[in-house]
Amino acid sequence: MHSFWIIFKQAFWTKAKTKSFVITTIIVCASFFLMANLPKLLEAFQGPEEDSVLHIVDASGELAPRLQEQLELIDSSVHAVPTGMSEAELRDGIANGTVEAYMVLEQEGQLTARYVSESANEMENGSGIEQAVQSLQTVLTAESLNLNGSQVERLFAPALFEREAISASSKSQEELSQTRGLVYILIMLIYMSVIYYPNMIATEVATEKSSRVMEILISSVSPVKHMFAKIAGIGTLGILQMLVFGLSGYAAIQTAGTGMTEGVFSVFGFSEVKISTFLFAVLFFLLGYFLYAVLAALLGSLVSRIEDAQQLMLPMMFLIIVASFIAFSGISVPEAKFVTVASFIPFFAPLVMFLRVGMLDLPLWEPLLAIAIMLITIGLLGWFGARVYRGGVLMYGSSQSLKDIRRAITLGNKK
Amino acid sequence: MALHVEHATKRFGNFTAVDDVSLQVGQGQMHGFLGANGAGKTTTFRMILGLLDPTSGKVSWNGKPITYGTSPEIGYLPEERGLYPKMKVEDQLIYLAELRRMPRLEAKREAARWLERFEVPHYASKKVEELSKGNQQKIQLIASLLHKPSLLILDEPFSGLDPVNVEMLKSAIQDFQKQGATIVFSSHRMDHVEELCDNISILDKGKMVLSGSIRDAKRSFGKQKVHIKTDGDLSALKSMEGVEKFKKTKDGALFQISDDAAAQTLLNESMKLGALRHFAIEEPSLEEIFIAKVGKLHA
Repeated sequence: MHSFWIIFKQAFWTKAKTKSFVITTIIVCASFFLMANLPKLLEAFQGPEEDSVLHIVDASGELAPRLQEQLELIDSSVHAVPTGMSEAELRDGIANGTVEAYMVLEQEGQLTARYVSESANEMENGSGIEQAVQSLQTVLTAESLNLNGSQVERLFAPALFEREAISASSKSQEELSQTRGLVYILIMLIYMSVIYYPNMIATEVATEKSSRVMEILISSVSPVKHMFAKIAGIGTLGILQMLVFGLSGYAAIQTAGTGMTEGVFSVFGFSEVKISTFLFAVLFFLLGYFLYAVLAALLGSLVSRIEDAQQLMLPMMFLIIVASFIAFSGISVPEAKFVTVASFIPFFAPLVMFLRVGMLDLPLWEPLLAIAIMLITIGLLGWFGARVYRGGVLMYGSSQSLKDIRRAITLGNKK
Repeated sequence: MALHVEHATKRFGNFTAVDDVSLQVGQGQMHGFLGANGAGKTTTFRMILGLLDPTSGKVSWNGKPITYGTSPEIGYLPEERGLYPKMKVEDQLIYLAELRRMPRLEAKREAARWLERFEVPHYASKKVEELSKGNQQKIQLIASLLHKPSLLILDEPFSGLDPVNVEMLKSAIQDFQKQGATIVFSSHRMDHVEELCDNISILDKGKMVLSGSIRDAKRSFGKQKVHIKTDGDLSALKSMEGVEKFKKTKDGALFQISDDAAAQTLLNESMKLGALRHFAIEEPSLEEIFIAKVGKLHA
């Protein structure tokens, strides 16, 4: 057990101390803060938002103030100011910077507006202005039809549309939209971590093999112990990194101010979400990690050069990518047959079963069955992987393919 | 206290890498393991270390099989040098010693002592990849014996070293032997083996073609050389019984003979031919034995 901890510590610290790991962690955390505080930051850089002036060329003289009314209704910072200048003068103004933009408004039964600015994205409120012009058109039309305010309101009142699901396993629409965001994020996290950390293991093993230090290691400690200590060490590192991400994400949202906190939490359903979803996320993360880590260690033990590791990892990456396709497309149809089937296939289960647990009210035996299947697969892979690993680490050759698994087993074979 | 290899055979599919090899190395002995490239030396070492299981036969150390339980007692320097290229020398030595269950502090102290002895203490905090090959080799040797093993397996310990460093490592290995360690090492350099070892084994294509003490090997080799310096004409002795080869030199002749009796006859006969200035029976060098044993089978 003693040597297990030594390898564990070594795997943990050598990876934790690498520049790439530290930098990735810092960048991800920093980007959380950046994203959460983006509005604030933009404000800080630009200073308080200045009201922009939109010159209105309006022959009638009535449209400009009415447009201003509509702009105020949508809280736009744009001021519609009637101008006496000709279009040619305004164009010159845009060219030398004294005029930001102008708009020609005409009403001949229907409202026509022509917005002119230096470039298409001039005046952030381009769409706001369009919206104001649209509503002005509506108001003018309503007036010409002699409709009063409440009639106009009735005309545009949206229909009430609700969904109700009969199936016992499906959650109500409200619950679903809340859960969906969270499940989406967690699946994303599990997906990334089953790619990232097992890859670390494969490279680690391949490095030890290519530098030939492996032969010394496995003459000191059994390859199986070595493999599992390494998997545990890097797994712990992964959990810690996820924890750091989680905490910094939480802190980032907190610092962004209360409005943001409520907004984000309600969109992603954090406030209403059941603890069990999180527990399942952690559980499936761990199982998925172990499943793929054992596979990665096995594959890593077959190559003699680090460059070849990526190539042998391809089939495994393929499995993960297929799992993610099923999971991400299943988010909108969690009850589809293919999702149900995939959720019991060990290599897909970490993502797909988690999706089902998160999105549906499943009877407990279903996730438990998937977990049991995964545990058995991990056990089998561990047993098989250990056999391949034993021989694989002694094997140096040019051919790098999955056929080498057989050679490795023969080499590592007891008798 | 001894290493026993009994009728060890290792087959990979149809290929027999090691065929019925037996070996005994007593405590405190240094055993030389010779063989051409691909003769099965590394495979034999791997079987001794328990990295590979023999197809048949067995290996024991002090009467017990070598397992991971005995790993603190065993040190190994593999033929292909293996160290973490990006790890600092000191960290690396401590890590590898800890794996052989040496306490951390002791490992640190021992590492410093050995680096001092090999005149490279300033490399302690350097990465291995920054070191020259010769210096990496020193680190590799330290890694194999830092934890004070009682059985040390060295696969080509001196390859790639300059003569000064060879002497340094040789004396370190000899000191280690004096402290009671049993050492098995392989080398292509016969002079090193002749200098360090009492007993040798020669392996050819997986088969043991010679095993025993160097002295016995030379005696039983039967091909001795007799060097005679005289003014008389020795060519008459060319066809004498027991003489296999005759070569005239500027002040005498060189004979290759098949047995000790022939040497005596040569001495008697040559004295009759004139006054002798020099008469010497030269033992065959290990190199000659090796080439004769291995080369003959290859031919």
